[in-house]
Amino acid sequence: MMEIPFAAIQISTDEWIFWQSESWPTVKLNATIAFTWLIMALLVLGSWFVTRGLSSGVNIPRFQNVVEVLITTMRDQIRDVSRQDPGRYLPFVGTLFLFIALSNLMTVVPGYRPPTGSLSTTAALATCVFVAVPLYGVSSQGMAGYLRHYVRPTVLMLPFNIIGEVSRTLALAVRLYGNMMSGTVIAAILIGFVPLFVPVLMQLLGLLTGMIQAYIFAVLAMVYIASATKVIRQSHLRNQTDVETQHAD
Amino acid sequence: MQGADIIALGSIVTAGLTIAIGSIGPAIGEGRAVSQALSSIAQQPDSSNTITRTLFVGLAMIESTAIYCFVVSMILLFANPFWNHLTQQ
Repeated sequence: MMEIPFAAIQISTDEWIFWQSESWPTVKLNATIAFTWLIMALLVLGSWFVTRGLSSGVNIPRFQNVVEVLITTMRDQIRDVSRQDPGRYLPFVGTLFLFIALSNLMTVVPGYRPPTGSLSTTAALATCVFVAVPLYGVSSQGMAGYLRHYVRPTVLMLPFNIIGEVSRTLALAVRLYGNMMSGTVIAAILIGFVPLFVPVLMQLLGLLTGMIQAYIFAVLAMVYIASATKVIRQSHLRNQTDVETQHAD
Repeated sequence: MQGADIIALGSIVTAGLTIAIGSIGPAIGEGRAVSQALSSIAQQPDSSNTITRTLFVGLAMIESTAIYCFVVSMILLFANPFWNHLTQQ
């Protein structure tokens, strides 16, 4: 009779509580918040440390090189996906990617549980995207131009467009949560009957899934933002290329 | 059977059925998407970057349906609201 450690199976890291206030029982510090703070501290300290000795010479510090590669790749990806200048979107989308990627990669550290394995974190991140889409849309097309998206192609599509807006936010949250939670739960179940070697392979697979999910979250956020900002920019770009080709002729 | 038995039986059977049936569709879909993408890359190796990125995003979209089923079955097994309601009485 094998025993599966059900205590190890936690659907959410919210239930793992480090500290609880005695006079205010609702005020508590659970693993999700603690590890989110850890990730934030790592990211902030890392950026602070890397940007201390920036140089534009031939010999650059090695960590500056790493960050430059990251930023260049992110800018290229954003430019490919949105077909716009990446400068406006890099702070938001890049931060989303770095936060999710780091919190998923840190699962190699024993005792660490990714904060993305909690629906609270992923719902918060998805809400950020949900808010950022109209902000970017309105700032690039104006209020009327953005709202016109909802009645396209006909007014009949208005309810479906609104439902789509909400449901894709839900999908964004549940997708990341489900992927990260499934890794933890499957590892806990496997430890119950194959304690050797197989959980390590699942961990490796989890690392890969974590990176892919971080990438997908960022790309989907970019796709949603781009779909709210696209129309005018694209026709503008097309006119520009037309002019350029005429000049070339 | 008492209420608890019915809820336990129903939850377990439904959880199994959810993940079993729910993984059929995404599996077929992902297989078709990957095979189509591979033949596209074989035909146009130059645009493999775009194809791969679109493939990943599409796979994530397809996979999320399976993930929904997984989440539902996990909730049924480990965080069943009806079971919790019954046992907390």
